[in-house]
Amino acid sequence: MDAEKEARCKGSLVFAQMTNDRGIIVKSARNKAWFALFTTPLYFVFITVVIVPFFMGIYYSFFTWDGMPLNPKTFVGIDNFIRLLGDARFGSSILLTVKYTVIAVLSINLLGLFFALVVTSSLKTRNLARTIFFMPNLIGGLILGYVWKFIFTDGFKTVGEVTGLHGLFFNWLLNGDTALIAIVIVSTWQMAGYVMIVYVAGLQAISTEVVEAAEIDGAGYFRRLKDIIFPLLAPSFTICLFLSLSNSFKIFDVNLSLTKGGPANLTEMFAMNVYNEIFSYKNYGYGQAKAIVFFVVVAVISLTQVYLSKRREVEM
Amino acid sequence: MEKKKKLSLNILLNILLIVAGLLYLFPFYITLVNSMKDRAQMNASVLGLPNSFDLQYYIKAMEKMNFLGGFLNSLLIAVASIGCIVILSSMTAWMLVRTKSKLSTVMFYSFVATMIIPFQAVMMPLMQFMGLLNNNLGLPMLNHRFGLIYMYIGFGAGMAVFLYHGFIRGSIPASLEEAATIDGCSKWRTFWKIVFPMLKPTTVTVIILDIIWIWNDFLLPSLALSSKDLRTIPLSTFYFFGQFTIEWNMAMSGLILTIIPVVIFYMFAQKYIIKGVAEGALK
Repeated sequence: MDAEKEARCKGSLVFAQMTNDRGIIVKSARNKAWFALFTTPLYFVFITVVIVPFFMGIYYSFFTWDGMPLNPKTFVGIDNFIRLLGDARFGSSILLTVKYTVIAVLSINLLGLFFALVVTSSLKTRNLARTIFFMPNLIGGLILGYVWKFIFTDGFKTVGEVTGLHGLFFNWLLNGDTALIAIVIVSTWQMAGYVMIVYVAGLQAISTEVVEAAEIDGAGYFRRLKDIIFPLLAPSFTICLFLSLSNSFKIFDVNLSLTKGGPANLTEMFAMNVYNEIFSYKNYGYGQAKAIVFFVVVAVISLTQVYLSKRREVEM
Repeated sequence: MEKKKKLSLNILLNILLIVAGLLYLFPFYITLVNSMKDRAQMNASVLGLPNSFDLQYYIKAMEKMNFLGGFLNSLLIAVASIGCIVILSSMTAWMLVRTKSKLSTVMFYSFVATMIIPFQAVMMPLMQFMGLLNNNLGLPMLNHRFGLIYMYIGFGAGMAVFLYHGFIRGSIPASLEEAATIDGCSKWRTFWKIVFPMLKPTTVTVIILDIIWIWNDFLLPSLALSSKDLRTIPLSTFYFFGQFTIEWNMAMSGLILTIIPVVIFYMFAQKYIIKGVAEGALK
């Protein structure tokens, strides 16, 4: 069997050596055909689903249109973008999103890092804990929002009535500030397990020798954390901060199921504002201008991350 | 003495960790116990166990939200989309790695660059364009499973090509394929017989990341599907909640129903899920 294969290989090699220029041209045309066969189907789908709509979106943002196919689209130039500057509801929605993002990034990363330190310890129950802490992440934001909606409304109200602690246990979703905290709690609950996984990978990559050497030198647990582990964990910090940053900024599902932007639009985040402008108020052109701004902000966040991690790779 | 002290501290920390873990799952506990209580019982004690093991609300919820139909739709859409993403993206990524040309570079960077586009930035024009194809060319793009699967392939392509591309460039030696080509294998056979089986680690990662994404996705199917019998699980949950927010016991039963398949999947594939999620985040 092997001998036969070898003979065949030798034959092909001799044939390859004999191939003249004409043969190379035939071969190159054939390679092009293979390239087209392998890549065209996916690239066609990709262009029609992502590229074409992306450029159509830029086009639409210069028009006023109510979304009805028969109604005219009126070209207004950059008027939509100028109008954005004076849109109070849009402005407060962006401010709210920034405020939410800052709080959420902090709480997600603090909790996630704490979880990661716990589940990489020598405790016997660490694997069970890891399983539990990651679980909420697999369930979609929409479902999680509904689970917590019951807790923040009926659950809190009933507990308040039974215990008399009305100052803490009331319907949190009826007040703008507590509703925002509610969204932070739910998204922290969902995302902490996710960044935990990334921190765990970072912690496991740190060589135990370095840490043990510090221990022998008499460095206590917190000293080892501060001076050895955290500096070595810097790449994981970058990844987790940006992952939670862009995920928080793009929040939609939890926002929709938990508060629907209420009470009285006080928790309407950026993505939901874009959605409502287009599909609820039927301002397709103006809403698309908001969507373009949304894209630009998300792109800046992502590109900063790419830039920072590339720079670190070069330094290393 | 010192050793004994250390041991008891260790036991205490283990117990603390278990308690913390159980507290973390408390929202699921609340949902579960309240899915079996009537209104009076819930008002009396929202945290306590139900008086009886009563599944009547589950039967009602299952019927009202057409759970089985939603489950089958979600399953069909996820399996078909992910199958196509895996097949088409691995083929494309392999060709892009092995072909040194301007076209192949441009194609690769366009896949990667568009990964930063958030869905909300293209959702409206996407629906316009799909509507155009639907109405003028008669293609089943809107309110049809085919169209939704088609769109998932488009949105999933970027990340899948990126992951496969990195893996092939880093871990699959071209010499193996050259040997096969010399043996007279066509590119098609070389890819499927030799290259694709070696891509298994990345294939698992792509499958896991796409399952989590597609199974839980709400916005795209809510825009692309309008018929009641095409609804996926997130969609039927959403409409169910619009209708039955007052009847919390039935709503809670519905939520538990949607959570059960995910927990079962997690129990069986936990190892792969955690590895896949870590890899997806680190790339």
